Amino acid sequence: IYLKPNQRHSYADIYQLSTGPNKPSTVNISPLHAILINKSIKMVGVRVLGNTGPKKAAKSAPATGKSARYYPADDVSRPKHSRAKKHNAPKIRASFTPGTVCILLAGRFRGKRVVCLKALESGLILVTGPYKINGVPLRRVNQAYVIGTSTKVDVSGVDASKFDDAYFARVSSDSEEGEDEFFANDEAKGAVVSDSRKADQKTVDASILKAVDAEPLMKNYLGSKFSLKKHDRPHKMVF
Amino acid sequence: MGFTRYVEVGRVVLINHGPDAGKLATVIDIVDQNKCLIEGPEEITGVARQAISFRRVALTDLTVKIQRSARAKQLKGAWKEGNTLAQWEGSSWSKKLEAKKKRASLSDFDRFKVMVAKKQKSRIIAAKIKELKA
Repeated sequence: IYLKPNQRHSYADIYQLSTGPNKPSTVNISPLHAILINKSIKMVGVRVLGNTGPKKAAKSAPATGKSARYYPADDVSRPKHSRAKKHNAPKIRASFTPGTVCILLAGRFRGKRVVCLKALESGLILVTGPYKINGVPLRRVNQAYVIGTSTKVDVSGVDASKFDDAYFARVSSDSEEGEDEFFANDEAKGAVVSDSRKADQKTVDASILKAVDAEPLMKNYLGSKFSLKKHDRPHKMVF
Repeated sequence: MGFTRYVEVGRVVLINHGPDAGKLATVIDIVDQNKCLIEGPEEITGVARQAISFRRVALTDLTVKIQRSARAKQLKGAWKEGNTLAQWEGSSWSKKLEAKKKRASLSDFDRFKVMVAKKQKSRIIAAKIKELKA
């Protein structure tokens, strides 16, 4: 609580208030009040507002009638406000837990229903088709473009710890382009998927496929695409 | 032809709008041309005693035998005697409401299963029609 100076609480009043049966968590007193009492107030649970830190304590020293306990010989420079950007943990929507069936809304695989594996450090979600069912590989997806449904698949057998943002980073090609190669590259090149990626896909999908086969119609469900039909009202649909 | 469901003391009504929407209540007394006094009974349907406009309410076929301004205890006794709640839940009106609620709460996977079931059903029907036409 804040005691107003015009109420003229005495030192004894403040002491009783701060130690009495219904004591508030802190009793705040303005510096003006401290002057009026003409006593330095050092009680547990009583705080004289504005008197914190060595510099401020030095400023208020004459007001309390007692010199401040401490002030440094030379001016202490305060650290400047840092402009470095703070990186907080990304906010992941509560509906994206490992094993949730998600609907992709944008991108190459829009409409597909996929299984969510985990949330990555960058805030993206790691999903997999499974590849055999709907052709979606291990992929990162922005959660803004995904609907998390309430359906879950058991992915406890999946070890997704090795997958992080660095795993999906683009592989830089070392070759410098000369003129001939520049024109040759204009033709479309098929995507080359590394063997390690294929192997990882197989291991991850193996346990998921077992869980999917256990649930009737789940395989067909994951293989089908989501679309809005004529009388669908998305704001009223429960996913 | 003519009206069959009358506003009367004891008429069971279904509340359509407001915080108690979807719940049953009984007309205990009539205030004026536009509103009446209703009560659940609170222990059975959860509707407290209140005045409500007729516009917010739909009359059902059911009535309960009570006197005007019956007390909560008497109303509850009358509901138990007439087995009103069971009668309501057996009616097709209440079943349709339940079905609507269920449909609204289906998940995406449930909707997929419904679609598959509908397709299987129409397959069976079409096969039978073909058989009968032949």
